Amino acid sequence: MLVFVARRISLAILVIAGVIVVTFVVAHVVPGDPAATWAGPHATAAQITQARRFLGLNRPLPVQLVSYLGGIAAGNLGTSIHTHRPVLSDIATAAPATLELVITALLLAITFGVPLGLASARRPGRPADQVIRAGSILAASMPVFWMALILQLIFSQRLHVLPAAGQYSPGLLFTHPLLKRTGSPVIDALIAGNWPMLGSSLTHLILPVVVVAAFPAGLIARLVRAQVLDTIGDMHILNARALGFGERQIFSRFAMKQAWIPVSAEVALLFGYSLVNTFLVESTFDWPGLGSYAAASTTTLDTPAILGVTLFVAIAYVLANLAVDIVQAAIDPRIRLR
Amino acid sequence: MSTGPADTGRPTDTARLAISDLKISLGHREVVVSITDLRLDHAEIVGLAGESGSGKSLTTLAILGLAHTIGASVSGSIMLDGRELTGLAPQALREIRGRRIAAIFQSPSTAFSPVHRVGTVMTMALRWHGSARSEAADRAAQAMRQVMLSPDLMRRYPSQLSGGQLQRVAIALAVALRAEVLLADEPTSALDVTVQAEVLDLLRDLRDCDGMSVLFISHDLAVVAELCDRVAVMRQGMIVEQGQTSRVLSAPASPYTAELLESVPKLPSRG
Amino acid sequence: MIESPLAPSRAAVPRGQVLRRGLLANPLLLVGGGLVLLIAIVAIFAPLLAPLPGDAGTATHPFTVLQPPSAAHLFGADQVGRDILSRVIYGTRVSPVIAAVVLVIACAIGVPLGVVAGYLGGWLDELIMRVTDVFLAFPPLLLALALAAVLPASLTSVTIAIAAAWWPWYTRLIRGQAASVAGRPHVEACQVLGVSRFRIIFRHILPNSITPLLVQVPLDVGGVILTASALSFLGLGAQDPVPDWGLMTAEGQSYFTPDWWLVVFPGLAILLTAFAFNLLGDGLRDLLDPRRSFT
Repeated sequence: MLVFVARRISLAILVIAGVIVVTFVVAHVVPGDPAATWAGPHATAAQITQARRFLGLNRPLPVQLVSYLGGIAAGNLGTSIHTHRPVLSDIATAAPATLELVITALLLAITFGVPLGLASARRPGRPADQVIRAGSILAASMPVFWMALILQLIFSQRLHVLPAAGQYSPGLLFTHPLLKRTGSPVIDALIAGNWPMLGSSLTHLILPVVVVAAFPAGLIARLVRAQVLDTIGDMHILNARALGFGERQIFSRFAMKQAWIPVSAEVALLFGYSLVNTFLVESTFDWPGLGSYAAASTTTLDTPAILGVTLFVAIAYVLANLAVDIVQAAIDPRIRLR
Repeated sequence: MSTGPADTGRPTDTARLAISDLKISLGHREVVVSITDLRLDHAEIVGLAGESGSGKSLTTLAILGLAHTIGASVSGSIMLDGRELTGLAPQALREIRGRRIAAIFQSPSTAFSPVHRVGTVMTMALRWHGSARSEAADRAAQAMRQVMLSPDLMRRYPSQLSGGQLQRVAIALAVALRAEVLLADEPTSALDVTVQAEVLDLLRDLRDCDGMSVLFISHDLAVVAELCDRVAVMRQGMIVEQGQTSRVLSAPASPYTAELLESVPKLPSRG
Repeated sequence: MIESPLAPSRAAVPRGQVLRRGLLANPLLLVGGGLVLLIAIVAIFAPLLAPLPGDAGTATHPFTVLQPPSAAHLFGADQVGRDILSRVIYGTRVSPVIAAVVLVIACAIGVPLGVVAGYLGGWLDELIMRVTDVFLAFPPLLLALALAAVLPASLTSVTIAIAAAWWPWYTRLIRGQAASVAGRPHVEACQVLGVSRFRIIFRHILPNSITPLLVQVPLDVGGVILTASALSFLGLGAQDPVPDWGLMTAEGQSYFTPDWWLVVFPGLAILLTAFAFNLLGDGLRDLLDPRRSFT
């Protein structure tokens, strides 16, 4: 097992190195002039040339790449051209909100997707199955940015049951100030026992989480259905039936345990997918996370910021896949032995 | 050698498993299996011999009440100790499956869930049928010893055990559950000859020491000859002949049985 | 990418009767196919179906700005007075076409690389697969987004960006298939007989390796449409006055929520189109993958 983990980690490091190179190359295909953006709209030509030298943009690309790599090793992702703050600190400020959103969404997706998939697999071809399948495909066809707007329209604007935007009611900051410790209002409020804040941040979490969870839930339901139906024809299922187990046990304990392997791989993929989906959703909900930061960076062509966010998300994705690989090996011994 | 009932056809009240007028149909097709009479007594091994496709495995499924899982429908009578099984409620059938009628199948390597330790499956089955947690662990370990396997092997995954070992674990399960009837569907066909011999010995022990009734399904007449007390020969869903093994195989009444015997390879006698 | 590559690698060549039986027994396929056909018809006959075809272009109607849905404008009018229904109808010519081009490019890059890697093996295989792995380390939308962000905003850029993010999936898929085909007895026989590698690739490896694509590509159309509209929503793709649904949704955001029709209808179009193609793709997969006939 240890050998397996060690191998996987070294592979992940190699991939991350490749990711950094690719991201760097992509970001430097930029046709615009980052030095001009940095110097501002009223800068003179001389100032722009100075800026270019200051930002190190006049050096040949390979040199810039090496210096960038060195910077990363030291924990420096460059300075945002737009905010003039270190990109790393911008990301650190914004990341917790996005992670709170994505992780909650994935948990919700699993909580709903797995039972629905199982229910679907137990009665294949019947009406319940067709409805769940159609629903899953519908969820997978939903444009996230549109769903965010529509849910806002229905639940906030028209029905007035849920808040439209923000992580919590701003007014509460005065009556029940929140101490920022982890960056996630829900966790911070829980730790501090700040119940009004907890309630507010939870209700504010509902709409964004539902939007981000829809696609993963649909995909997980479909995958569980496919995997369970696949396994259900296996001999060991016949044996389990011959032992007297009821259908519910057959599906949930025998068929499902094997299904967790591809499902967990899918969850890793969905983690990456959902992280990027937040780019499309956060602005709508005024959610102060990476998504809003990324959306703003693309508008202002803030190269270091775009680079930084892309790197962060890609590396988080690689790490998520690594974690899942290890979990899979723990469930299925055959994977360790490969 | 068991002193079970005499040749076919004579109904007896001591039969543990009694099948009469069993008809199995697949989908909308006509009857695929039709068994007028087949009995299994206390402490005897009855062979069900025939070629592939003769309906032997379907019969096993029907006895377990699992015919519906492949879309087959069953009519007729299957009695376990005088209790009618066909038409029984699913809940009652689940209590009988595994606990009173156990089954082992041809491919031991696929018999167990690959992601569960074999011991886990054993204790799960025991607890499902009512044992307490510690009792289940004890009975499982005891059963393992009875089939000549170390209880340590219970911690292994199926991929870490050999075919012979897995088949013995499957038998151990039946023993642990204290099943009265064991349906063995080609249990040795996938095993080496030496390993096969061990499994056959085990089945004999179960008959003699535990009084288990075994229905031994096989296409291999040589094995049937060696193991079974009585044998029923099946062809295209019907039993063409049944009786004491020695009689059937030395003086077959049915031409089909004679044909089957012809195809068994005979080793030239030495000296 | 809607589906992870884990799912479809078991596609097999269909037999005639499976096709015939399957077509009738598969409601997903029927509904999906029907919807796709409908979309195709709308796209082809757009000039005839749209009440105000000119509105799909640069027309401006100052006097009907932001009109709610009415008899004159079934889907309402947008911020420069254009008929949203007409623009949505013309939008059917935009998204599916982009998807088609993207997938063709992705296949054109991914298939040769996959075949070469799978069949020739060795260091070439290692090299190609390592590069592919690095590309696959990015969530698809992220790479496309990064690329689209640095290229000048246009539909062409979006097409290139998505294709660049999509090809690695196909390379990996094809490579696995090609490797297994390469190991088959009849291929080894050809090699022994001295048949040129070129011929082996074209006559044996290639035709047998692309079967997973028959299932995967239709499944991906929906995903590409969603990705393309997302990029246009961010302002990285289509520019005004192109009647791209993602762009229309983005433009309508500023007038949301009072003038809801600017956002609701274009988004609904994206949803229905993606849904149609996903149903079709799923139905096709059920049909072509013999282990999945569960309806």
